[in-house]
Amino acid sequence: MVCATFCEGRTVVHRLDARVRVAAAVLPACLVAVAQRPEAVAGGLVLGMLLAAAARLDPAALLRRLRAVNGVMAALVVLLPLTLGGPALAHLGPLSVSAEGLRRALLVAGKANAVFLCVTALIGTMHLVTLGAALGRLGVPARLVHMLFFTVRYSDVLHHEYARLRRGMRVRCFRPRLSRHTYRTMGYLLGMLLVRSFDRAHRILDAMKCRGFTGEFHAVRRFALSRSDAVFAAAIAAATAALGWLEWS
Amino acid sequence: MTPLIRLENVSFRYGPARPVLDGVSLALHAGQRIGLVGDIGSGKTSLLHLIVGLLRPDGGAVEAFGIRPAGEKDYVRIRRRAGLMFQDADDQLFCPTVAEDIAFGPVNLGCTCEQAHAIVHETLSVVGLDGYADRITYQLSAGEKRMVALATVLAMRPEVLLLDEPSANLDAGARGRLLGILAARHEAMLLVSHDLDMIRRLCTHVVRLRGGRAEPCRVEDV
Repeated sequence: MVCATFCEGRTVVHRLDARVRVAAAVLPACLVAVAQRPEAVAGGLVLGMLLAAAARLDPAALLRRLRAVNGVMAALVVLLPLTLGGPALAHLGPLSVSAEGLRRALLVAGKANAVFLCVTALIGTMHLVTLGAALGRLGVPARLVHMLFFTVRYSDVLHHEYARLRRGMRVRCFRPRLSRHTYRTMGYLLGMLLVRSFDRAHRILDAMKCRGFTGEFHAVRRFALSRSDAVFAAAIAAATAALGWLEWS
Repeated sequence: MTPLIRLENVSFRYGPARPVLDGVSLALHAGQRIGLVGDIGSGKTSLLHLIVGLLRPDGGAVEAFGIRPAGEKDYVRIRRRAGLMFQDADDQLFCPTVAEDIAFGPVNLGCTCEQAHAIVHETLSVVGLDGYADRITYQLSAGEKRMVALATVLAMRPEVLLLDEPSANLDAGARGRLLGILAARHEAMLLVSHDLDMIRRLCTHVVRLRGGRAEPCRVEDV
């Protein structure tokens, strides 16, 4: 259920401190997201590619994901030039292709790919568990971090529960169709899943109480910064500054 | 000698139409391992939950370690001394990694990080799972999850183990390992199980729940 395609690696990137990686992905990503100049976005793309290369992401898996991102972007690149006004580049029958529309569409597509590459290379290469702990250390509210942990932990259990109920339906020859019977049955299935999750949540809380839980979580995970973390952080800070220079100079 | 846990005439019902226990009396002394048998729905799990205050009795009295619990505060004190292991390990193990799950109890009891880490490694070796500290809990097999669930309870150093169907859904190998670990423990135990062979091997006493009451019976007769 929980995807960990890029997590098993032994590259420089995988060895970096998780907190540094999160910060190093978010900082340039934010800058690229607000950038208006193509030079800055191109710089972000180059940075993303460098990071992806450093993390030695599996090219086939990376391409599969890039295809998913750019499927959405393709729609934008086709539609935006046709719907925006301004000077026309060309005419297709009654439609005119706007130069400004094309520029903006390409800018958005470039931003999306740059941010995707940075985040996949730095954050996609760590387990969600590590990510949660790092977010907690970076000051994200504990409640949100624990919601992430519980989601990771129980998405699998709930999926099994769902699969079990579906099997029970299938052995009694249920086949989804466009019918009232199907809607009602799917309603029952979702309802049952909710009720069971509710019961399970209660049992989990009971089990936590039995181990002395009184409403407060204590962190036990430790992080340590090394020299390579400092070097990497400095490099990313410099790269982000360079992107800022490209944007605002 | 005063018993570790004593139930006096305890009754409990899930609403007026579903009485479960109707005047159960039971005493668990140090060194005893009591097997609790009975049909499904006879109130075995409810009885364990009554002891640690997850359920509250409708009548009679529950006493543990000389404490007559009056409210949640007293139950908190009882729970650190009576470790309850749940039927479904997925209910018990909620942390991302094995180490964090085992450390959860000790840290709640006020251990420092270092002490908790030491307890984690010590407990893992007791249940024969050395090197499992950084494993992701949801990726474990059913047998491994059960052992980790036992470790989370043992990590709190309880005086009494309350075990709810510990051998259910285990294969022969995992069941054998569990049996070996439990047989070597010195804590008093209250063991709910349908696994009569396990009860015969582990328990010093057996109590059968029937019709809401507890009837002592001989281990050999189980």
